[in-house]
Amino acid sequence: MRLLTHNMLSSNIKGVANGFPLRIEVEKVVEKEVEINHDFLRNIFPKIDWKALSDASRIMGYHELPEEPPEPSVLEADIEFLRKFHHALLELHLEEGALLCPESGRKFPVNKGIPNMLLLEDEV
Amino acid sequence: MSSRPELQAPPEIFYDDSEARKYTSSSRIAEIQAKLSERALELLALPDDGVPRLLLDIGCGSGLSGETITENGHQWIGLDISPSMLNVALQNEVEGDLLLGDMGQGLGLRPGVIDGAISISAVQWLCNADKSSHEPRLRLKAFFGSLYRCLARGARAVLQVYPENLAQRELILSYAMRAGFAGGVVVDYPHSTKRRKEYLVLTCGPPSLSTAIPSGKGEDGESCSDDESSGDEENQTVSISDRHRPRKKQKINKRGKGREWVLRKKEQMRRKGNAVPRDTKYTARKRKARF
Repeated sequence: MRLLTHNMLSSNIKGVANGFPLRIEVEKVVEKEVEINHDFLRNIFPKIDWKALSDASRIMGYHELPEEPPEPSVLEADIEFLRKFHHALLELHLEEGALLCPESGRKFPVNKGIPNMLLLEDEV
Repeated sequence: MSSRPELQAPPEIFYDDSEARKYTSSSRIAEIQAKLSERALELLALPDDGVPRLLLDIGCGSGLSGETITENGHQWIGLDISPSMLNVALQNEVEGDLLLGDMGQGLGLRPGVIDGAISISAVQWLCNADKSSHEPRLRLKAFFGSLYRCLARGARAVLQVYPENLAQRELILSYAMRAGFAGGVVVDYPHSTKRRKEYLVLTCGPPSLSTAIPSGKGEDGESCSDDESSGDEENQTVSISDRHRPRKKQKINKRGKGREWVLRKKEQMRRKGNAVPRDTKYTARKRKARF
């Protein structure tokens, strides 16, 4: 699971008011190189929750992202920044570990890169 | 044995390892899925600006449809309830991220983050009550509600479905509308039993030019050597309020053509200006069987 997906996922458990962002428990991180696309990065940037991405990338072992979200103009000009953004968003994979609901603490296990988001009967 | 998998077992049980292998090793199925995915992407009407989007593949299964999305240059997140099918997707090393989840429990995605959603042959599974707590209506409500929320303004969802009957299609549509979607059904090849495919094209946000629903594909422009096509194929767009199911083949019924009919037709031809023999007591007389 890449941080792009993690940035969109929220806990759907009944009774939970704010299930975003899910806390990450790392057991195994894999880096997979992916071709960079500046258009995609610029297009997705407004939708990204920067703090969640920045925190998550740190937990995954990547410390290059600034904690504060950059100005949109940085995206246009700074290629080096785009590369870091790209790396954190698309090249870091959580292979084994878990995602935790920030409110209830419920664990969603991640195996072979696939988070198990199935809810139990009483959580729906 | 029923030809509808939905009537045999819930999807996570039906799509076990052997079924998953069968499903993905069949080149015919792969070809059909690819075609359906291409068509669904077409109906998504994403802006043609070369910018990759983030799409959702609902019921992504073994990633056949996801591969089509990747080929078209977009990023995607896939959701499926069958671990066996997802394992096959892993083996195929698909580009999109995979989630093991139940769409009837809600998609669990943040509001407004998805640029478009497709689903190939999956949503009709929502209509089956497999477990006692699975009230289909609640599941449809959870699915469409969460889908509407996670889509960006102006984004579309294209769901290719195999409804069991008209009632099921109406049920699915009604919950989509209740969630706030606008849109309708596009039917490709409505008169052909084999090739007929239905797509729910749903739009978010205010109706505009971009929410105009395209017409379905008929047999126009194709060669007439196809035996399945009846004489008068047409493009057909079925709107939400249309309760008439398109008829499959127009069967010519000899019994309906009595003397009355013949006389009416002859009058029609006369009005057109054709040369028509006059009406006598012999007109439309029953001939000997051998005639």
